[in-house]
Amino acid sequence: MARFGETVGRVATLPLVLIARAFDPVLRLWQRGTGTGGMVAFFLLPNMAIFGVFVIIPLVLNFVYSLTGGTNILLGDRSFIGFGQYGRLLECGNYLQPLTCREDQFWTAVRNTSLFVLFQVSLMVCVSMITALILNRNIAGRGFFRAVFFFPVLLSPVVVGLIWRWILQRQGLMNLIVTNLGFDPVVWLNDRFFAFAAAIGVSTWAHMGFYTLILLAGLQAIPKDLYEAAEMDATPPARVFWRITLPLLGPNLAVVLVLALIRGVQIFDEAYVLTGGGPGTSTLFLTQYIYEVGFASFLRNPGLAAAASILMGLVLVVLTLIQLGLSRRAERGNTR
Amino acid sequence: MKTILLSGVALAVLASGAIAQNVTEVRIMWYSDGNEGEVIADLLDRFEQNNPDIDIVLDNVAYQVIMEQLPIQLAAGEGPDIARVTNLKAQAEHWIDLRPHVADPAYWDENFGGRFDWIRKDGSDAIPGYMTQLTLTGGFANATLFEQAGVELPGPGATWDEWIEASRQVMEDQGLPAAFAIDRSGHRVAGPSISYGANFIADDGMPAPIDDGAMAYLSRLAEWTEQGLMLPEVWVSAAGTTYRAAADDFINAQIPFYYSGSWQVSNLSSKIGDAFDWVMIGSPCGDAGCSGMAGGAALVGIKYTQHPEEVARVMDFLASEDILREFSERTLFLPAHAGVVAKGGLEFQSDDPLVPPALNAFVAASAETMPAADAMPAWVWANTYYGAIVTRISQVMAGELTMEQARELIDSDVADQVEAAGQ
Repeated sequence: MARFGETVGRVATLPLVLIARAFDPVLRLWQRGTGTGGMVAFFLLPNMAIFGVFVIIPLVLNFVYSLTGGTNILLGDRSFIGFGQYGRLLECGNYLQPLTCREDQFWTAVRNTSLFVLFQVSLMVCVSMITALILNRNIAGRGFFRAVFFFPVLLSPVVVGLIWRWILQRQGLMNLIVTNLGFDPVVWLNDRFFAFAAAIGVSTWAHMGFYTLILLAGLQAIPKDLYEAAEMDATPPARVFWRITLPLLGPNLAVVLVLALIRGVQIFDEAYVLTGGGPGTSTLFLTQYIYEVGFASFLRNPGLAAAASILMGLVLVVLTLIQLGLSRRAERGNTR
Repeated sequence: MKTILLSGVALAVLASGAIAQNVTEVRIMWYSDGNEGEVIADLLDRFEQNNPDIDIVLDNVAYQVIMEQLPIQLAAGEGPDIARVTNLKAQAEHWIDLRPHVADPAYWDENFGGRFDWIRKDGSDAIPGYMTQLTLTGGFANATLFEQAGVELPGPGATWDEWIEASRQVMEDQGLPAAFAIDRSGHRVAGPSISYGANFIADDGMPAPIDDGAMAYLSRLAEWTEQGLMLPEVWVSAAGTTYRAAADDFINAQIPFYYSGSWQVSNLSSKIGDAFDWVMIGSPCGDAGCSGMAGGAALVGIKYTQHPEEVARVMDFLASEDILREFSERTLFLPAHAGVVAKGGLEFQSDDPLVPPALNAFVAASAETMPAADAMPAWVWANTYYGAIVTRISQVMAGELTMEQARELIDSDVADQVEAAGQ
């Protein structure tokens, strides 16, 4: 029986073996010429080719677009204008007052995105941390609650936006509760403050499950004997948290912080469906601005949209470098 | 036996492949306001039965896809073979010239020629397609709500202020969230602005600075929103140029007065049913007139099609007098076919007694459009202006800008767009 299985396996893999043998002389030649490093490069080549086609080339094209003007999409139909689009975006009397800038909506979006990142990331880290701490305890129905908190992560952002839009609209669930309590209905999403808060809250609700999971994994990796020692010393819970849990959770917390920051800067889908950028421009975020300028307005300006996305990309590169630095520091800490 | 069966299957596959090779696929991108998607599908089925060599794929998409995704496809030299569009003039470079392909160009010129300039480049004699319907912006009133509130419907010649005042009384009496709503669209506010004396086109054909006439109406709109008379959700709750209709709010009897256009008749009739009585009230008046804005949707061939002959055959069929008459009668759209209009006698297929008077009122109102409004559909910068107005006036309504700031920004937005287009 074993011999039969072996024969079937050989027959099944024969085509692959033949292909590999056909490449064998070429690979030998390549290895002789380039050494082991060359072989590494050879095997990485397919992956790098895919990365190049879907990431590097679009990135370069995006940069080239940002140096062109006009409303045509095809690069051949566009005129080269150098850094004119960047100049237009950065032309400003006072960056803190968007109306003094030539592209006031861009700077409004920058301001809104910065505020969103500040508040949403803080809230996200706090809520995820608290949830992870609770779910790490031996509570009844722990598995059920873990699933419940993770469930929104599985939903499409458009679905998340629509659910909350229906809850918060004039004839939505929230106003049903409000009117049953004897108050007048409120058009929640027409209020600048509440619409912004709703964008933060909904985005936190939709993604906290993911970050909770990362923190939960970190909590479970903390050696139990540390807590037992603290218990034997009758250390107060707050001190246990500050002296044991938080320092040992540092690397996970750093990852959560930076991932949430990157995701925060990229905010678009839920907020766009929920508020459409309104009221006015109070929830107009950077990605929506790029989308509006590049795709949604009657006269599209792909060059301006590309320049804005390059500037946004630079911010994301800085955040990613911070994440890499923190991860490396955490790795070094773990290996010591 | 097995061999015979396998041979039979192989032959069948080969035969079907051979047949499939002779069938040309024509893709149509279509959006619907009412029941026109069903009607066109039915008409196209009829065409396919008589033309088995053409397989028509009808992609029913949301209006937003036509406005936001189709232009990207066209700019990239792609897209469907035929599309139903409303941004007629600005995208004219992407429409095919069907003149060499249609069976009888003279028929097209005679029946659709009057409005070809809306959908082709200036100075061109191309036949890009035809208007599936003519539209005219206008208002609708919930007659039942007015009656219940004991408020008289303002008569012909009533101004915008009089209409809003009457609607305010209904709102207060009936405990409604707002007195009226107008779609979030520059096209919708252009007609009323022209009624207050606006002129968007400069003598050289380029955009003129926004004038006092336009500001007179747009300021009113902002004030009515601030006073809680205009339903804020439609304009305030979005940024940029996003289109939003307020039809659902009228259908749900949340507002007594709604300003939209003739294309809503079928939608209102089918969704309101006998829930309440509604009437078309034309366009309220401003200082300079009582103008609505003509427009419409066109079915156009796309320049990048690989099958211009087949596209022309489909278009010849759909643009034929009998088919267009049937299309108008079943969709309750105002026809744009000169022959159909001249012969008259359209029997709109609706059991709803409110529909014929509404359509007749639109026909009557079409005689009141002002020259400045008539010039807009064939003006290439119309949508640029519309986009700037919607973006900035929404910001005024949200309390982010003053009207004076909005005025400056509308002009600079339009100038920036003109400059970008010229680069």
